[in-house]
Amino acid sequence: MKTALVTGGSRGIGKAIALQLGKSFNVVVGYSSSKDSGDKVVAEIINSGGTASPVEIDVTNIESIENAFTTIEKEYGGVDVLVNNAGITKDNILPRLKEDDWNDVIDTNLSGSYRTSQRAIKHMMKSKWGRIVYISSIVGMMGNQGQANYAASKAGLIGLSKSIAKEMGSRNITSNVIAPGYIETDMTAFLTDEQKDNIIEQLSIKRIGKPEDIANIVSFLCTDESEYITGQVISVDGGITS
Amino acid sequence: MEVNEVFEKVKNLFVEELGLDADKVTMDAKLEEDLEIDSLGIVEVVMAFEDEFGIEIDDEELTDVATVGQAVNLLHSKL
Repeated sequence: MKTALVTGGSRGIGKAIALQLGKSFNVVVGYSSSKDSGDKVVAEIINSGGTASPVEIDVTNIESIENAFTTIEKEYGGVDVLVNNAGITKDNILPRLKEDDWNDVIDTNLSGSYRTSQRAIKHMMKSKWGRIVYISSIVGMMGNQGQANYAASKAGLIGLSKSIAKEMGSRNITSNVIAPGYIETDMTAFLTDEQKDNIIEQLSIKRIGKPEDIANIVSFLCTDESEYITGQVISVDGGITS
Repeated sequence: MEVNEVFEKVKNLFVEELGLDADKVTMDAKLEEDLEIDSLGIVEVVMAFEDEFGIEIDDEELTDVATVGQAVNLLHSKL
């Protein structure tokens, strides 16, 4: 059985992806701060008859990444499917946006994905099969008030992914981006009911998205059947960008 | 390590990593033309060299490497 690593797999969209991939892969649930939540996701996969284990991975730290991959390689051989989902927000409008907040968001969301992808690609090249998925955001294409850093990091993932798709196509490695719209997670929990209603008004599908809406397409992009889809950005947003 | 030993190891890596015919891997063989290794293939071989010999190879050092023999000599000089 092939092995999938989901960074930020303990909560929100990452959790839903990990649970879904648990049906067809050994799943490594990457967590940085939420160990307990990571353990729960692992337990849930195992209870459903899957194979899973937690691994601590701080994508801003190259040593942490190296340790995580070494652990995974010992246990499962290597990472065949990489879902770059770990991400943070540090919102503020430009005149108030501190350079540290800019750097932290870029370092985690964009540079972190570069680091994990680079570490993972060697095994994929060797086995001549690989699937990489980046969890971006529609904000990366639309921009958003107070999210210049987050939007820039999510837009950056698109260039990263498309380049990897071109570089690695001959080795049967695909790289794609999912751009979620408004999804019910901790990251959007601050929205008031009124704000939610305003968002829903702009959607073709009249509801806020669920993490499972993202997990379903990610899961398909990790199959053999999706081998002709690469370098794409797929928005899963209830039609808000259509 | 003697040049011959380096060559044998290199030949094994080409066979294992890229599935090449061992007879084709001679000192004179040109990587791109004779062995039909693409640019990504060169990267794969270099990564395998680095692992096998425990060395690091800079991109600049590769600019003059077009044949198996030149790769062997580069590795030999670094060991």
